[in-house]
Amino acid sequence: MTQSDFLIPTHARQRWWHSRSVRRFARHRLAMFGLVMIIVLVLACVFGPWLLPFDDLYIDLRGRFSPPFTGYHFFGTDPLGRDIAARLFMAGRISLLVGFAAMVISTVFGTVLGIAAGFFGGRIGTVLMRFVDAMLSFPNIFLLLAMAAFIKPSPIMITLIIAATSWMEIARIVEAEVRSLRERDFVVAARMLGLSNSHIMFRELLPNAIGPIIVAATLTVARAILLEAYVSFLGYGIQPPLPSWGNMLNGAQQYLDSAPWLAIVPGAAITLAVTSFNFIGDGLRDALDARSDML
Amino acid sequence: MVRYLLGRFWQSLVLLLLVSVIGFAVLNLAPGGPLSQFTLTPGMTQADLDRIASQMGLDRPLPVQYIDWLAHLLRGDWGRSYRDGRPVLDIIWEHLVATLLLMGVSTAIAILVGTCIGVLGALRRYSIFDYAATVGAMVALSIPTFWFGLIAIYIFSLRLRWLPAGNMYTIGDGSLGDYAIHLIMPSVVLALVNIAVWSRYMRTATLDVISQDFVRTARAKGLSSRRVLIRHILGNALLPMITLLGLQLPTILGGALVTETVFTWPGMGRLFLDSLGYSDYPVVMGLLMMSAVLVLVGNLAADLTVAFVDPRIRLS
Repeated sequence: MTQSDFLIPTHARQRWWHSRSVRRFARHRLAMFGLVMIIVLVLACVFGPWLLPFDDLYIDLRGRFSPPFTGYHFFGTDPLGRDIAARLFMAGRISLLVGFAAMVISTVFGTVLGIAAGFFGGRIGTVLMRFVDAMLSFPNIFLLLAMAAFIKPSPIMITLIIAATSWMEIARIVEAEVRSLRERDFVVAARMLGLSNSHIMFRELLPNAIGPIIVAATLTVARAILLEAYVSFLGYGIQPPLPSWGNMLNGAQQYLDSAPWLAIVPGAAITLAVTSFNFIGDGLRDALDARSDML
Repeated sequence: MVRYLLGRFWQSLVLLLLVSVIGFAVLNLAPGGPLSQFTLTPGMTQADLDRIASQMGLDRPLPVQYIDWLAHLLRGDWGRSYRDGRPVLDIIWEHLVATLLLMGVSTAIAILVGTCIGVLGALRRYSIFDYAATVGAMVALSIPTFWFGLIAIYIFSLRLRWLPAGNMYTIGDGSLGDYAIHLIMPSVVLALVNIAVWSRYMRTATLDVISQDFVRTARAKGLSSRRVLIRHILGNALLPMITLLGLQLPTILGGALVTETVFTWPGMGRLFLDSLGYSDYPVVMGLLMMSAVLVLVGNLAADLTVAFVDPRIRLS
């Protein structure tokens, strides 16, 4: 190492995968487990349907209720004789996509609202945050079902409705973060340079609040997948014949005694996906947040 | 103290007003608003729709409709069910008790188990038990409540035949024991998520208290470690948990909806889903508003309790 190396600001040279956060994340065993599981799940959902010998919509009335491992039906068949493995992977595409899209929408919306509320403060901030409080007063599922019941359900609408009921936490986190950053020197300096409000909000404040946002976004994917499962299970989410992990469980209760795999298989997939995202979120919190001893 | 109480009360009122605006917005969200259900009726013409709209007062400007709706709401007139014409508030009251019973028992279980796990985890920090509790809590938070319910029914009702698979009581047998047996599975299933949350926060709260001076002083005085644990540590660690209980209310209420569906429990959640199935607008709206009111009242009650129990808040 030469003298000049010390003079160049290190962040200019450092690659992001060499950063301390990434190393800390990679050492977090549960997070790595979660990451591997998500990659496996995504690969299975993308390529699985091509590798299986059955179409997810192919009805075989002679092969109804086959238990797992009958022939090539690895997870058995459903009341119409459709292959559960094929449906599981197709459903995974929908459920993961809905969860991910709902996360993107609610994160963007919550972040923008949170930054605005935190940056402007005063009356605007109060009104915005009271609105967040009011939204949080409704139990998520009540609000979700009430909206889903009045609107024609399609995957896009379900995604929008899930996003509409899950942006509040992120808004709260971002608002608190921005409020604590607002009076810091770099923001004051930016103001003195005459930079526009939007420049300060999105070029100065946003990058400094990105850690908590990433953590919250990861946990939001987990919650969005769960919410989709809840509404679809209750019959107001993704509509058949389009499979989702939630609506595969929709009719499972009445066959619980004779065909328990109908309930076990999709539920296990939901649990696995949600657990993995929660593990990743936990690892990210430890890696990005200095206050990692909290929990 | 009085100032704090008044301020907190005022906040809740403002929130309640905002909640009513959101509830009203959801009501009018559907394309065509509350009229949409009539458009599907065969032979319905635009003239008929207009007549119904003017009868229901839907042709007035939205702010006027909102004020009118709110005024009726405050006077206890929550509309009538489309299904049987009975007042919405009466129907909700009938189902409220079952839900509160389920939530109450389930919360008691969650507090008891969650406190034990959390305190033990904090006392034996970084032990295998602590690690298992952390991972277990995260997995418990990820299991869909309804799926956990289905698995529980499969194991304990269908395979082992220990517990009934649903309903609140056996028809013809209204004894207390019968109610209790029917209550076990739904309340434990509903408690799972809250055990996870409660134990996590309890662990943090206990760790906060353990390292404080008065605990060391109590030990130095020669008090038995059991007495220190119960009087000094637990007493102080449980204080912030009252607030958490209020904050968890929406989750518990939402979980109750799903649990009631799986276990055919005759509470608000089941009523909600049945009403959705019949497009029973007034009942759905009533339940949506009632759930938010319950949450707000619960939060207020939690904050007031903390203020009464904890002198530090009264002074500041």
